[in-house]
Amino acid sequence: MSRRWKAIGALAVALVVAAIAVTAAAAHSKSTKSTKFSGTLNIMGFGTNGDDVAKNRFAIAQKAIAPAKVNAPNGGFNEQQFLTDIASKQVPDLVYWDRSYVGTYAAKGALMPLDSCIKSDKIDTSQYRQAALQSVTYNGHIYGIPEFFDVRTLIVDTHVADASGVTGKMLNTANPTVLKQAALKMYQHNGSQVTRIGFDPKLPEFFPLWAKAFGANILSKDGLHPDLNSPQAIAALTYANSLIQAQGGYNAFLAFRNTWDFFGSDNQVDKNQVGAWPMEEWYYNVLASSSPNVTVTAIPFRSKTGDPINYSTGSAWSIPKGAKNVAAACQWMKTMTQASTWETVANIRKAAYAKAGQYWTGLFTANAKADAAINKPTAGEPKKWASIITTVENAEKYSFAIPASPASAQFNTAWTNAVNRVLQGQQTPTQALNQAQKEAVAAIKAATKK
Amino acid sequence: MATAAVATRRPGPGDRARRWASGFRERDTWWAYAFLAPWAFGFLVFTAGAMVWGAIISFTNYSVVAPSHGVGLANYRAIASDPYALLSLKNSFEMTAIYVPFEMGLALLFASMLAKITRFDGFFRTVYYLPVMTPTVAIGGMYLLMFNGPYGLVDQFLGIFHIPEPYWLTDPNWIKPGIAAMLVWQVGGNTVLYLAAIKNVPQQLYEAASIDGASAWRRFKDVTLPMISPTLFFTFVILTVYGLQVFDQIYTAFYNPSNAKISSDTSLMYVIYLFQQAFDYLHMGFASAMAWLLFGIIMVITVFQILFSKRFVYYEGEQR
Repeated sequence: MSRRWKAIGALAVALVVAAIAVTAAAAHSKSTKSTKFSGTLNIMGFGTNGDDVAKNRFAIAQKAIAPAKVNAPNGGFNEQQFLTDIASKQVPDLVYWDRSYVGTYAAKGALMPLDSCIKSDKIDTSQYRQAALQSVTYNGHIYGIPEFFDVRTLIVDTHVADASGVTGKMLNTANPTVLKQAALKMYQHNGSQVTRIGFDPKLPEFFPLWAKAFGANILSKDGLHPDLNSPQAIAALTYANSLIQAQGGYNAFLAFRNTWDFFGSDNQVDKNQVGAWPMEEWYYNVLASSSPNVTVTAIPFRSKTGDPINYSTGSAWSIPKGAKNVAAACQWMKTMTQASTWETVANIRKAAYAKAGQYWTGLFTANAKADAAINKPTAGEPKKWASIITTVENAEKYSFAIPASPASAQFNTAWTNAVNRVLQGQQTPTQALNQAQKEAVAAIKAATKK
Repeated sequence: MATAAVATRRPGPGDRARRWASGFRERDTWWAYAFLAPWAFGFLVFTAGAMVWGAIISFTNYSVVAPSHGVGLANYRAIASDPYALLSLKNSFEMTAIYVPFEMGLALLFASMLAKITRFDGFFRTVYYLPVMTPTVAIGGMYLLMFNGPYGLVDQFLGIFHIPEPYWLTDPNWIKPGIAAMLVWQVGGNTVLYLAAIKNVPQQLYEAASIDGASAWRRFKDVTLPMISPTLFFTFVILTVYGLQVFDQIYTAFYNPSNAKISSDTSLMYVIYLFQQAFDYLHMGFASAMAWLLFGIIMVITVFQILFSKRFVYYEGEQR
């Protein structure tokens, strides 16, 4: 081979190498410039088979982290599977769960504090309701981004109340004596069988609400000091239990309540089987779709001082320690819970409801800014539903939550068992709550022991 | 003399090992082990392996999510001083004591009835067996409907006979009998076993008893029962173990988060409490100790049952 051909060959090789290098650099530059997110975001507890609000938010969040892929198997949070994932060091990047889980897992070091995520993604925590933030904050750090926000008000069947001579003023939890009289006026029975519950205090589930209404804080703000047997908590349980005992007793009361067609068109309001009861706000949506003609109204639950109060629970997003796609997880949480996302999906739902002739009963989130924008009655909305939305939204402002605790599950079991022992006549409220206090103190002490 | 000594020599461990090894010259032996291998693998990994691992973590404060260290016998000592562990153990014993005789008695009654049927017997056997196919979670859900005080089917049936209608789900006096009654939903499995045993009783025994003037009750008591006693004993052991370990139906009915309103100290069974400790409170070490304790208790009960059975169980052909 001549020197000339050798030179041409060398030049050709040099050109090819240069071309490859430039192309690779360009590709690298392009990928680092436009691809902030990559890989797959593995989510537990939030699938793609939810309602329209879930599906539409999912689509928005998916776009926000593109081109990263999303792996979100259907089904709710599965604690056994989550524990298996932790044991095998194959944790999901995000978990969607009840806020009550956060404290326990945060205390055991299984969750990532979200401080850096909040800072890097500029998540405005002031938009979230304080009660919701409190239930995901442990030891001064936020471990979850709150999403939905349950609001508990009194649902009143006005047909039953009017027919029984009970006014809205009488259905005031700030005045236990009058409330009991109203309950008994609406209560009906046939021999030993209950045929209508006048007022259902929703025990054991709503015991924290009754305790707070009577002035008790059953757990300190840091989640470390239970106070289940304070005189106020005992008085609250004594009173709420007396409402049930006065309306046929626990056995007959619960057996009758179990017969209700809760989600169907023959529900307890449609059948006039209940006068009033405290309930989460989503039930208005059930009523509006299953029996829109029922005569209901919402009244705020009030403390003994007369102020409205709301016991709030709900869901949150958290990142387990060891998650591999933290950047995408942060962006996902931010997008799913930001005001603009909520507004977009609420508008889609409003339009769909208007088309189907269904009434808008609100969408209540942990984002106060979003709620202010979306929870306005729609045009042509009957006064009944419009007034319910206003009452529920107003109640949101007076919310409290059970603070995150390192032994949340045991704390909840302690008071639930105590209330059930009282309802079943096995203990007095004082005995039951004394025992619950002892159990809760021991559980939290054990959970914080190094 | 030497020959006689060799002839009476018992085979030692070496002989047995050689005989076992020589079996591998046969192709069938390899096939036998090949067929046994999947089960053996499953048993070693998923049963024996899990048990050994459980035994190890029962001496630690393992919680899955946090670092763990050895705690010696602390978990076992904690069980002894945990009022809920003792209460749940007592509940499990009481419920099993109601359930086992109830299930055996009912299965025996149904089997005796089915044994008399000569036409469509296959159909009736199927009908009795069908409920066994019901998923246990569905049984728990159905229980809430069927045993819902005066509104449930069970109380409405009792009402026909003017029998007082209990509140099975909430009255502490009736919760355990209610759970036992729920478990009896699957009585069909034992009915079929008893029926097979009854059909195997030699007919000439009944004929001989009849010739001797034995009444139907005497024939049942003195012929049927002794002849099917091995089957009765087998189910007695199995049902006792099942009663002490039953979980799905009770958890679905009383401890499903949406039904927490009816959970109570009376419905808290040992295995339910074990599950709560493991998966709700993340006390895996404590829960493993509970599991091993239950294993030990069941072993002791089973040994007692076997010793006790020697007086009551008759195996055909044995000398008594």
